[in-house]
Amino acid sequence: MKPDFKLLNPELVNQILDEAFQLLREMGVKVQLPEARQLLAAGGAEVDETAEVAKLSEKMVRAALATVPHEFFLHNHAGQPIVHYGGNSVHFDPGSSGVHYLDPETLEHIPSETPHLVRVLKVAQSLPAYDAVSTSVVCNEVAKGIGDLYRLYLALLYTDKPIVTGAFSVKTTQTMIDMLALYAGGREALAQKPLAVFDVCPTPPLIWSKFGSQSLIDLARASVPAEMVSMPLAGAGSPVTILGSVVQHTAECLAGIVLHQLAKPGAPIVWGGAPAVFDMRQGTTPMGAVETAMIDACYAQVGKFLGLPTHTYLGATDGKIADYQGGLESGVSAMIGALAGINMISGAGMLDFLACISPEKLVMDAEAIGMAKRMVRGVNVLTDTLATSLFAGINFKADFLKQKETRTLFSKEQYLPSRVIDRGSHRAWLDAGSHDTWSRAKAETNKLLAAYQRPTMPEQEQALTEMVTRLANEAGMEKLPELAL
Amino acid sequence: MSKELFDAMRQSIIDGDPELAAELAQKAVELGIDPIEVLNQGFVPGVSYVGEQFGLGEMFLPELVVAGEAMKAAVAVLEPEFTRRGTERQILGRVVIGTIEGDIHEIGKSLVATMLSASGFQVYDMGVDVPIMTFIEKAREVKADIIGISALLTTTMVRQKDVIEALEDNGMRGQVKVMVGGAPVTQSWAKEIGADGYSEDAVGAVVIAKTMMGAA
Repeated sequence: MKPDFKLLNPELVNQILDEAFQLLREMGVKVQLPEARQLLAAGGAEVDETAEVAKLSEKMVRAALATVPHEFFLHNHAGQPIVHYGGNSVHFDPGSSGVHYLDPETLEHIPSETPHLVRVLKVAQSLPAYDAVSTSVVCNEVAKGIGDLYRLYLALLYTDKPIVTGAFSVKTTQTMIDMLALYAGGREALAQKPLAVFDVCPTPPLIWSKFGSQSLIDLARASVPAEMVSMPLAGAGSPVTILGSVVQHTAECLAGIVLHQLAKPGAPIVWGGAPAVFDMRQGTTPMGAVETAMIDACYAQVGKFLGLPTHTYLGATDGKIADYQGGLESGVSAMIGALAGINMISGAGMLDFLACISPEKLVMDAEAIGMAKRMVRGVNVLTDTLATSLFAGINFKADFLKQKETRTLFSKEQYLPSRVIDRGSHRAWLDAGSHDTWSRAKAETNKLLAAYQRPTMPEQEQALTEMVTRLANEAGMEKLPELAL
Repeated sequence: MSKELFDAMRQSIIDGDPELAAELAQKAVELGIDPIEVLNQGFVPGVSYVGEQFGLGEMFLPELVVAGEAMKAAVAVLEPEFTRRGTERQILGRVVIGTIEGDIHEIGKSLVATMLSASGFQVYDMGVDVPIMTFIEKAREVKADIIGISALLTTTMVRQKDVIEALEDNGMRGQVKVMVGGAPVTQSWAKEIGADGYSEDAVGAVVIAKTMMGAA
């Protein structure tokens, strides 16, 4: 039996949808790209060109929801389906879009550069907890114009897992699709077996910017999966209540789906987000707050009600080092996201409101993810009788350790943690050097890095490197940073 | 031929398959292979491998225990062959083991007994709630080299000391080494009560016992 975790009753889900439809119908959504407004108008929206506002009827939204796919897969380089977007499948990937790297020796947050992202990618490639990798940090030493595609370049070189990524401009979106097409065997093949999903963000409240709108249109036309990252900020960028923020999320995403499906019916899109409550002392966006996770679980429930693939941002901490706060916020929020059955949960490895990444924390978070995934697998009947047949020959002796069933079933029942989790005796802990979780994670990270083997695809790599080198030259860089491949 | 058979024996221990281990031992008996060779080249390498892998965190307690059970099954088949040949199974030593009086915790003690037995010791497992004099009498009867005393409670742990004193009172302390174990037991407690050995876990206990017998 799998856990069934829901924060909303059916009446509330309906009320959220009703109010979102009402917002879209009466207030409308601001759409800043003329082509997007034309598409919406042609689809039946009432458009005010001066105000850049499109009012959408429920009928329009229902039409879009009728064509949007309920599931799709992301593939690895070998073309195998790895990530299932749909149903209650749960996957985790490292967080994205950080700008800092936690130096494991000094604990300083330093501007992230190529070697840091490479380290993150190697660890994410090595850990089975992560079904996908992400373009986790910008590399501050490369030209801004290729910042987005350079991250994807490294992800393609150092891992063969599906990729959660995103573009910073309209032009580079196309370039990045071409880069992926090199590995998929052309744009058509990429559409059939996508290797990556692209994050696309509406602007709260209820705005689809020029870039956001264009990205939805372009990704739809290329049939490359888009992942909407709606970011209600409860009490600042959206209504203060959890439910109010969920209504805003629903309206923003429904509008996105309408535009996306008008650009190309049937193109894959994800009901995702990175909401947060607004911290009323600090004016910050705590990703580790329990209410943030509650907003996520609620909007995911709405998305599931509509039959859509889901995504969210959890498993991160707002703390600056991977200490107790880090474990608490990352672990609790990863568990909530998993219980909510969210298809892709981004955020592992991140600290400081998603600004900073740490491979060591990624290793720690893999344990929280292991436990969360175990929880989601639920309590299952593995034996013919629950216990009575196992008592055969026991005769009041604690001999269950000798049973064949124990040997064959223990690893199905128990998640076996890595050495990051200390379950030894106090004496063994002393003998091993009295290490805390952080230092055990450091050792485990180094072990993974030493054992890492780069998956290679020589032909594609050569074409990719030539392409990215040319783009780097055009962006004013003489050459790409050296990689120790 | 023998090599293949020995490899299968090793694997039967690693797979924790008592039926197969017994079957292979029987086959060796029928082929007339020296049981000493069968143990040392066939089954013991399997036990060593499992112990090593356990130490590395690659294998787990249930695998360790079933490997021990498989070893026991093989030895049971080979024992009559030793008798028939008028030879004796080389044993590393005789161990009397039990959980001390007033304490009914069994699992840790049984693990140590299983591992010692699998590693070549002759083990007399006295069970739980074992009176002090029962340890002494059994040790005298079987000419034990080692007594192993388990205790899971701080309240019963103190009686480990009583066993050592009883050995002294009976003039046996010179012939019998004492190993202590259990959750509250530490190296310093072992030292304080004059025990000869202490280990964190069952694999460690085998190492200590072998060292005591000069077989490490």
